[in-house]
Amino acid sequence: MSKPIASLPFEKEIQQMEALLASLESRADEQGDTLEEIRRIRRELANLTRKVYMNLSAWETVLVSRHPNRPQTTDYIQMIFDEFVELHGDRAIGDDRAIRTGFARIGDHRVLLVGHQKGHNLKEKNECLFGCAHPEGYRKALNKMKLAAKFKQPIICLIDTPGAYPGIGAEERGQAQLIATSLLEMTRLETPIVCVVIGEGGSGGALGIGIGDRVSMLEFSYYSVISPEGCAGILWKEANDETKRLAADALKLTARDLFKLRVIDDIIPEPLGAAHRDPQQMGNFLKQYLLRYLRDLKKIPLPELLEQRYQKFRRMGVFEEGVKTVAVAEGQ
Amino acid sequence: MSTAGTSKRGVPEGLWIRCPQCKATVFRKEAEARFSVCPECSHHFYMPARSRIKQLLDEESFEEWFSDIRPCDPLQFNDRVLYGQRLKAEQAKTKMLDAAVVGRGYIRGRPVVFAVTDFAFMAGSMGSVVGEKLTRAAEEATRLQLPLIIVSGSGGGARMQEGILSLMQMAKISSALARHDKAGGLYISILTNPTMGGVAASFALQGDFTFAEPGALIGFAGKRTIWNTLRLELPEGFQTSEFLLKHGFVDRIVHRKELRMELARIIDYCEH
Ligand SMILES: [Zn+2]
Repeated sequence: MSKPIASLPFEKEIQQMEALLASLESRADEQGDTLEEIRRIRRELANLTRKVYMNLSAWETVLVSRHPNRPQTTDYIQMIFDEFVELHGDRAIGDDRAIRTGFARIGDHRVLLVGHQKGHNLKEKNECLFGCAHPEGYRKALNKMKLAAKFKQPIICLIDTPGAYPGIGAEERGQAQLIATSLLEMTRLETPIVCVVIGEGGSGGALGIGIGDRVSMLEFSYYSVISPEGCAGILWKEANDETKRLAADALKLTARDLFKLRVIDDIIPEPLGAAHRDPQQMGNFLKQYLLRYLRDLKKIPLPELLEQRYQKFRRMGVFEEGVKTVAVAEGQ
Repeated sequence: MSTAGTSKRGVPEGLWIRCPQCKATVFRKEAEARFSVCPECSHHFYMPARSRIKQLLDEESFEEWFSDIRPCDPLQFNDRVLYGQRLKAEQAKTKMLDAAVVGRGYIRGRPVVFAVTDFAFMAGSMGSVVGEKLTRAAEEATRLQLPLIIVSGSGGGARMQEGILSLMQMAKISSALARHDKAGGLYISILTNPTMGGVAASFALQGDFTFAEPGALIGFAGKRTIWNTLRLELPEGFQTSEFLLKHGFVDRIVHRKELRMELARIIDYCEH
């Protein structure tokens, strides 16, 4: 990483060791024992990083998912897609920069790519409102996805949003309506759809481009019905450091939780120390999964694909009926 | 997902009630005889699911389905009160197992599949039970080729205590409604006070026709969320039925006493 890593509280020790390693490496050409020392510290650093990241709490995972250096949609476009032909505009209101859409090439496949963009620097963040899309973003996404279905190209959705934009204009222009329409149509779009939560999976704003034949999450992303802050504010009456942690735990929002609840298909592993430490490696991992999904889904005849998509969401939920527990999440 | 304000809860216990809109003191029996509408200003009070069924469907025509689906606590959710405990309390308070009632009945002689969510049960929020019951209602409507009518009232949208499973109910019911639509089925959605969050952003706004009762609060983001994000005071009438009508998201605002007749009329237009 060339960029300085913003500080996560639980990464302190890792960063100290990284700094030590860097200083040793800068004068590495000198003696044999320095080289030996470097190798030793590298091993220790790897072990420490592995240990820290294996034991992240739910709230710490949320912090990792929001890391400023974590790769976003436009980074993946650079890293793993061979071409991106952006298609702007929803043909009604404008061009929402919080959602990017366009044709792209990956491996041997032509796809339609849809992805939230949160922005890395302040200018970009302001332009795309921190990844919070307006109704026009969902209208744009759906319009382009319908085009993809028309021309029989699969769709890849990269999800990374704190939530759909909460504001006056968004409500006036039908935030709820556009998400509702998007959900309805995505359940029956006649083309394979792959969804991956790459960072934040914030509620309805995430689900708005989140219905597909494969839904997976990067290892340190989260996906939740409400943000931990929002949940803490409502159920604990105040969002502070303690209640945010409690809410994050209670919501069961990590990739591991969702996998256990059978809501997602795969947990896509991140490089040692998470995606922000090695974006390129993250890109490689993601690419492998995307290529496999596309290969698999393209083989399934359309009626079967749509039936499988229906059943995928149909079985979600846990309740009791009659005398037995219908624990669908634990089912086959 | 937001919670609703507590001021418009509707008809409290007691002989007299105070209308939150015109502040008149109204004899409760009189309000109830008028479909829980304020006789002074037409403010629509909260109406329980059972009263809704009684009001909209032909007498004794309702046959309830899937009435033994019960919620459980898949996440072992604990916000100082265990969700399981909370459910027991809500069940005792409302005499319902969860927030939705579904089944079939007749509206002025026309057979329909009918579903209603009740604000009294955890603010009408949608967890696995509401999602499952509404999905089955939609599937049955498709199978029986009957019109589907859903009356929604939900301050909470998706139910936080069932986490991601609640969010996924939005996808589940959307799938069933999409199939109903594709099969040529009619779906009329009736929005009542309040219809917010994940409920608004899924089945409540996926109807062929969207009706709203006057003065209902309808929207995606709650007041609190908007305030927390933007520190903006909201304009008068924001997120009301009338606001949605003006902005083009509601077909008709229908006074409660007209609702039954209006439903029958739309069903007749769509018969083929
Ligand atoms: Zn009144």
